[in-house]
Amino acid sequence: MSRPGRDDDPDRLYTLTGGRSRADGHEFDLVTLVVSESEPRPGMQSEHAAILRMCRLPTAVVEIAADLRLPVGIVRILLADLLDMGVITARHPRTAPARAQLLDPILLEQVLVGLRNL
Amino acid sequence: MDYAISDAPAARTPLSRTADNGLKIVVVGGFGVGKTTLVRSVSDIRPLSTEETMTQAGRGVDDLGGVAGKTSTTVAFDFGRISLDRRTVLYLFGAPGQERFWFLWDRLFAGTLGAVVLVDARRLADSWYAIDRLEHHGTPFIVARNDFGGPRHSPEALRDALDLDPRVPLVDCDARSRASSKNVLITLVEHLQALASARETAS
Repeated sequence: MSRPGRDDDPDRLYTLTGGRSRADGHEFDLVTLVVSESEPRPGMQSEHAAILRMCRLPTAVVEIAADLRLPVGIVRILLADLLDMGVITARHPRTAPARAQLLDPILLEQVLVGLRNL
Repeated sequence: MDYAISDAPAARTPLSRTADNGLKIVVVGGFGVGKTTLVRSVSDIRPLSTEETMTQAGRGVDDLGGVAGKTSTTVAFDFGRISLDRRTVLYLFGAPGQERFWFLWDRLFAGTLGAVVLVDARRLADSWYAIDRLEHHGTPFIVARNDFGGPRHSPEALRDALDLDPRVPLVDCDARSRASSKNVLITLVEHLQALASARETAS
């Protein structure tokens, strides 16, 4: 797929995140669903405001990254900022990353029923 | 400066207000094997594309004064999604199987339900590395052979060529077909169920 107009100049990415390369203290999965809890405020960083607008309904981290055309890691940092400001909530996946807990029979049955109904 | 957000977000069906649990399945395969086609066939939305970058310390022998000390790995991947019920959303990722991708596996795909290795029977060697890495990560997977026409190998010959564990399901599919792609996903989840019940029996 073509991605016209992308600008992934590292300097710009560095500026967006205030020089940070990690979202310290917050773990956003690719499929963590983000929901805005308030409207953008005047003077807010434009990416922060854009995230608040696009997350009025639940939106996954990876969708936000695709829409903003930013690497996932950068978006995780922006989301950590918003979480610290108290303007978003994060609905993390209920599947624990630990392998042993992944094969939850009730969850798998739900997935199967959903797929068969497609 | 709205360089990055001028034409986003694309108009697409939003998730339900009640959605609160995202799940992941990864479709891995070589270039041109039909990963995005399969995702598109079953997705509620037109597939989107994004990328992740990781900077890692160089693993070379010599440190050339710090200049060559770091390498940056960028991996692009496509994804779509399927709303399974009011709360559960399944995200389907199409990811390249090449070597550099696996450096990012844990960061991107920890907690994935399982994987589909999509293979082109004319280019089986492209799949060996992916199968090896999934086994290494302990990620359950199935193999789906995308039908590109041409001569058919028997399933046994294909299993031999892939050195596939006899317990790993192997299915044929047409990634352009919604029904066929849906069947691939169902085969994977049924395999996960079989693994779960085997584990229960063993404990």
